[in-house]
Amino acid sequence: MSNPIPAATSSGGPEREQRLDEIRQQAEQQGLQTVGARPAAAPFPKASPENGYYQIPLLKEPPWTWEIPLYFFVGGAAGAAAVIGAIADYTGADRELVRDARWIAAAGSVISPALLISDLGRPERFLAMLRVFKPQSPMSVGVWTLVGFSTGAIATAFAGHLRNRYGSSLPLSVIENAGQAASLAFGLPFSNYTGVLIGATAVPVWNRNVGNLPIHFGASGLGAAVGILELLGHGKSRAIQALGLGAAIFETLEGVRIESQNRSYLGPLKHGTSGWITRTGGALAGPIPTLLRAASLFANRKRSESLRRWASWSSIVGSLVTRIGWIHAGHVSARDWRLPLENEPE
Amino acid sequence: MSVTAFLTDSTLCIGCKACEVACKEWNGVDEDGLEWSGFSYDNTGAVGASTWRHVKFVEQPPVPGLGGNAGEQASWTFSSDVCKHCEEAGCLEACPTGSIVRTEFGGVFIQPDVCNGCGYCVASCPFGVVERNRKDGRAFKCTFCYDRQKAGLIPACAKACPTESIKFGELVELRAQANERLQELHRRGIHDAEIYDPRDTSVGGTHAIFIVRGDARSYNLPPAPEVPTAYLKRAWTSSAIAAGLLLGGTLLAFLSDGKSK
Repeated sequence: MSNPIPAATSSGGPEREQRLDEIRQQAEQQGLQTVGARPAAAPFPKASPENGYYQIPLLKEPPWTWEIPLYFFVGGAAGAAAVIGAIADYTGADRELVRDARWIAAAGSVISPALLISDLGRPERFLAMLRVFKPQSPMSVGVWTLVGFSTGAIATAFAGHLRNRYGSSLPLSVIENAGQAASLAFGLPFSNYTGVLIGATAVPVWNRNVGNLPIHFGASGLGAAVGILELLGHGKSRAIQALGLGAAIFETLEGVRIESQNRSYLGPLKHGTSGWITRTGGALAGPIPTLLRAASLFANRKRSESLRRWASWSSIVGSLVTRIGWIHAGHVSARDWRLPLENEPE
Repeated sequence: MSVTAFLTDSTLCIGCKACEVACKEWNGVDEDGLEWSGFSYDNTGAVGASTWRHVKFVEQPPVPGLGGNAGEQASWTFSSDVCKHCEEAGCLEACPTGSIVRTEFGGVFIQPDVCNGCGYCVASCPFGVVERNRKDGRAFKCTFCYDRQKAGLIPACAKACPTESIKFGELVELRAQANERLQELHRRGIHDAEIYDPRDTSVGGTHAIFIVRGDARSYNLPPAPEVPTAYLKRAWTSSAIAAGLLLGGTLLAFLSDGKSK
């Protein structure tokens, strides 16, 4: 044999290993490795304490689809609207404001379960959620809150409508008042529990923000509810203006909190596509409506209404984009193999 | 009924994947698709809806004389991964339908006739084990061969393992066995062997214990897994504060608005 195939001789082994290491280093320097598991080019990650198992994500991404961020938005706005409607009613505010707030809550009560059910892997088994109540499961608590809230909000809106149309009667006012009390009691947690829902998971960017997410989402829902009410013609109410300003300031502070902290787990909220979505949502829900509303306080009447309308649109879109951003960030965070491998979570 | 467990000893594993095949055969698990990973001989990647046992192929730098390898050649260690059947199981606590239950053998079992595919268990597993089957819509993971255990048989993977790398028995006994085995390995010069059983975390230990060589993180075994219920207190406190602020703020806004009129 004149041309033998080079065998894995004792001299060939270490050289090959060395060459492989060189290729790996080169690939890292040139950024050939994609973030996540799969290499973009031939050189591949090794299994190591830093890389984990070939940089394959340790966690699984939540399987939720587009319905979930939309549900977070609708539910947040509906919950806050029910609270506004009930308090407005109890304090004797404008009747049209009460009526519109109730209709927003009722509409959300119809849309929310539809979105939730269509997201299930087995939608026909939605009722399996109602065979148990588990206080340790935020989703179970949330589903029961939704049931209580929807029933109350829909009953209130319809009873109020019937009373306006056909005059007051005892059964109607009982339903209306009981429904309103229920929609207030359930609306308070319903407007923000979605923060608990994603906060109490294994996804790092969610669970490391668990102490802020419910307040953040609550303010987001309030901003959206206020915005919808203003666009429905309540642009002159001072109470609504105050609530809108409060929600926008809260969202601004949340944005400052996230931006001022330099933690690796906050990365998905700042970098890449998910970062841009979250930042856009944050700007639309926080500083922009804050400035517009503040300006509207000093402008003349016509200009003030226009500014408030812009602030409303900004808050509504911001609230929706914020939810999309957080869900997207959760997916990116679950794909990051590094965080679950840390010995001491930050 | 005693609590049963797996002890998976990677120092005995030869990477034959008999456990994966036996599991699929017995439980009728879907195929994983034929895709090349392109970075190791492992083309499956991780446990999931269609992979309840998964053999990890961890390439180690050359260690002279270890495992009978020529000194200059990289060696492989194999470790068969599986659902950890946590003492405090995130998926079980999160499940809103009560589909996920603790069996009389201490395992964590998803009742497929109850699961409605909400996917919350997937996000709640600190080990990334549970996954929703795209075609089926429900969540799946290792059943700990609940049916076999009920009939007095040992799980299919342990039965099929040709080297007894996968041991099945009572949790207490296997923990003792793991310690003995570790001492033996250390005596024989394999000093980088360690036991993975995160009992100091909120997970409270697992019913699937592993002996691995080198750092457990190379096997995607997290050093500090947390059961998500650990976050509940802070979450609901924040929720209560948010609700209080919303209620107080709304009352204040409307009351002061009413007064100013």
